[in-house]
Amino acid sequence: MIARSRAGRRGADVAIKVLSSLAALAGIAALAWILWEVLRRGAGAITWEFFTALPRPPGEAGGGVANAIVGTLLMTSLATCMGVPAGIMAGVYLNEFGQKTRLGAAVRFSANVMMGIPSIVVGLFVYTLLVVTTGHFSGYAGAAALAVIMMPIVARTTEDMLGLVPNELRESALALGSPRWKATFGVIFRAARSGLLTGVILAVARVSGETAPLLFTALSSPYWMDGLGGPTANLTVLIFNFAMSPYAAWQEIAWGASLVIMAAVLTLTILTRAVFREVGK
Amino acid sequence: METAPSGRPSPGHARPRRDETIFRIATASFAVLVFVLMGGILVELVRHSGLSIRTSGLAFLVREVWNPVTGEFGALSSIYGTLVSTAIAMAMAVPLSLVIALFLVELAPPALSRIVGYAIELLAAIPSIIFGMWGLFVFAPFMAVHVQPLVKKTLGFLPLFEGPPMGVGMLTAGIILALMILPFVSAVMRDVFRMVPPVVKESAYGMGATTWEVTRKVTVRYGARGLLGASFLGLGRAVGETMAVTFVIGNDHTVSASLFSAGNSIASTLANEFTEASEPLYLSSLVELGLVLFGLTMIVQVAAQLWLARLRRGAGGGL
Repeated sequence: MIARSRAGRRGADVAIKVLSSLAALAGIAALAWILWEVLRRGAGAITWEFFTALPRPPGEAGGGVANAIVGTLLMTSLATCMGVPAGIMAGVYLNEFGQKTRLGAAVRFSANVMMGIPSIVVGLFVYTLLVVTTGHFSGYAGAAALAVIMMPIVARTTEDMLGLVPNELRESALALGSPRWKATFGVIFRAARSGLLTGVILAVARVSGETAPLLFTALSSPYWMDGLGGPTANLTVLIFNFAMSPYAAWQEIAWGASLVIMAAVLTLTILTRAVFREVGK
Repeated sequence: METAPSGRPSPGHARPRRDETIFRIATASFAVLVFVLMGGILVELVRHSGLSIRTSGLAFLVREVWNPVTGEFGALSSIYGTLVSTAIAMAMAVPLSLVIALFLVELAPPALSRIVGYAIELLAAIPSIIFGMWGLFVFAPFMAVHVQPLVKKTLGFLPLFEGPPMGVGMLTAGIILALMILPFVSAVMRDVFRMVPPVVKESAYGMGATTWEVTRKVTVRYGARGLLGASFLGLGRAVGETMAVTFVIGNDHTVSASLFSAGNSIASTLANEFTEASEPLYLSSLVELGLVLFGLTMIVQVAAQLWLARLRRGAGGGL
């Protein structure tokens, strides 16, 4: 090996240190740039009318996204009601029964893979399953697509969080003669409370900003909803449609909706952090 | 420790109570549901792309024409766009993530490392559609005015940078994809770097090596396989990313060597055209596109998961 000069080695070292600091800075700069632009352009659209009115026809100024806010809230809640319990049950199996079984390994593997499947493919799947068969787009189909995305996330975080509970706790509950389900829900869940909550919030944050799975399930709608049985307005698809339109007034509404979605998702994400910090205590 | 996780009564013990069995079966059936959903996606996509597969055959994958009016559909431009935009994203995100992970683990003081790490994690939380809005209205004009003319002046003789600087197009899509996968790749790389035993690094430092030398010759070598796994995870995300790409790629069914020109990806074609498609063959061709995307991500995901699982076994957990 050729010995390089001391100065050359020092130089390479300083160069890479500068480079890596710059790269970290670039990451933060990108985040700041995005946050700033959404804040700046979205703030102008946020008025009382924005939260209470329906969208106006193209070309007219003003209007709001009230129906889309309600639609997004309803579909996300419904998806949470379906995806979270199912995910938690699957997570319980993975940690309490399936640690060394072949089924556990297969499910764990497919949950990991499912988390990496593009959300638009999940949308396509639910379209074939619930839109083709019923013959119309619906809010229920949208919620189902979101639930399919949530379930593997919740399952994996549940497994990880239950895994953090000391085994002694599990053993003492069982030694007292409590049945397995009681030990799980009454003792282990209580010990892993914050961790489980973190996983749930994380999954909600993840799907509340999703657009692709709603494009051909919930579709969109300019009207107030009449239940979730038909096409349902939602914030993210509205952003897509309005941003791609040539009308300045609609584009401004899209920025306002982006601000609402971004604020909601980031609040949930930061909340996750705060809740999870409790776990460490 | 051996008996605790399974909780199965030993042989000769009393029969398990009924509620135990119910509980076990209930949780197991939800676990199986995950598996069923994954299989269900494959089955449904194959079923609904049947018409397209029968009509177009294998030519679907290599034909460039995409004409809903004449009923001719080929996936070439979509597949090409997916691969090219992903390649650009990987070429940028992997080296950047590597040096960011280096910064977080080796260079920054713990307090700063925590803050920077957190900021980069937040980048991962920003929804795809926000990246799309920012990309279309802020970043694409920035590219058209500041970056692309400069690239044209210096490297314009290459066919890669032919055509007018429009802002939207393959290059812009690739750069935004890079930003989106950066947090995922750098997070795994950071964990890989942290797994290197301090004593190994210290012995290198003790011999007078510089930080960069320790990183290049010890840390990267030690964690090489983990770094590859991290890159695979990023690849899987980039391939299927939809909304941000749809906003900025330009949506044009052509294959062009220039990175400045508009193109499309599988996901962007689906997002743009699915609700407009009314002909059965048109719909079926779009579903087949989805099937191709599903296949691509499955290959990448399965490879990444198997790879990481093997690593974890080797490292005894901690990743």
